[in-house]
Amino acid sequence: MDSNNFFHDLHADTSLESSRKKRRKIEAESHSSETEIKWKSESAQRIYAVKLVEALQRTSSQNAPPAPSEAAGGRVVRDVADRVLAMAAKGRTRWSRAILASRLRLTMLRRHRKVKKASGSASRPRKPLPTAVEDRKNRLPAVGNRVKILSRLVPGCKGIPVTNLLEEAGDYIAALQMQVRAMTALTEIISVSQGDRLGSSSSSQA
Amino acid sequence: MSSRRSRSRQSPGSSRITEDQIADLVSKLQRLIPEIRNRHSDRVSASKVLQETCNYIRSLHREVDDLSERLTELLASSDTDSDQAAIIRSLLM
Repeated sequence: MDSNNFFHDLHADTSLESSRKKRRKIEAESHSSETEIKWKSESAQRIYAVKLVEALQRTSSQNAPPAPSEAAGGRVVRDVADRVLAMAAKGRTRWSRAILASRLRLTMLRRHRKVKKASGSASRPRKPLPTAVEDRKNRLPAVGNRVKILSRLVPGCKGIPVTNLLEEAGDYIAALQMQVRAMTALTEIISVSQGDRLGSSSSSQA
Repeated sequence: MSSRRSRSRQSPGSSRITEDQIADLVSKLQRLIPEIRNRHSDRVSASKVLQETCNYIRSLHREVDDLSERLTELLASSDTDSDQAAIIRSLLM
C-alpha cells in the first residue's frame, strides 16, 4: 500500500499528463469504434443498398434510355453510388462533403455556365500548416510523398493537416468497404432475380 | 472542426499529444487494411502503412468501378420496373 503511494507521488507530475493522454486515447478509440460501427453494421449496408437502388431507378427514368453502348455507363452508376455513400455520412466528414459539393458544382456549371470553380478555389486558401510533429514525420521524403499521394486519393483532403487526413482516410476506407459489400450483394441479387425471371417461364418456384 | 485541432497546437506539450494522435490514427488505419492486419502486428512503419493505405484505396476504387459496370449491364438488360424494384427491396430487407 505504501509503495503504491510512493510511486503515485513520484509520478504526480506526469499523472495529469498521462490521464490526459489516456483520455485522448479513449476518445480516439471510441471515435474510431463509432466510425467502424457506422460503416460495418449490416443495417447501414442494407439501407445504403436500398437507397442506391432507388437512386439508380430515378436516374434511369430521368435520362431517356441510357445507351449501354456508351462507355460512360459505368460512370453514371459510380457517381450515383458515390453520392449515396456521401449522403450516408450525414455531412460529418470532409470527403463526403467534398463529393456532394463537387457534384453540386458540376450541375451549377452545366446549368448556369458560370465560372463557379474559380470562386470555389479562392474561398479555400491552401496554406500548408507546419506543426512540429509534421516536420519531424515529413522530413523523411518517403512519408511526405506518401501523405501527398494519400491526400489526393481521399476527396476534398488536399491541404489539411496530417491528423485530419488520417482520420478522413480511415473513415473513407470503412465507407468504401461498405460500398463494395453493398454493391456486390446488390449485383448478386439482381442477377439472381433476373435469372429467375428469364429462366422460369411457367414453372413455379419451390 | 479545425478549431478543435488548432487547440492542441497552442498548448505547450502539444507535440507529444499530437504524436499520440497520429500514432492512434496510424494504428487505426493498420487495423482497417487487411494486408497489414493479416501479416504484421504493431511493427509496421508509418511509411509502410501510408503506402498500403494508398494502394488499398486505389484497389477499392477499382472494385467499385467494376461493380458499377456490372450493375450498368444488369440494369440495362432488364427494364427496371416497379415490380423488380419491389423484389429487390424485399430481398435486401
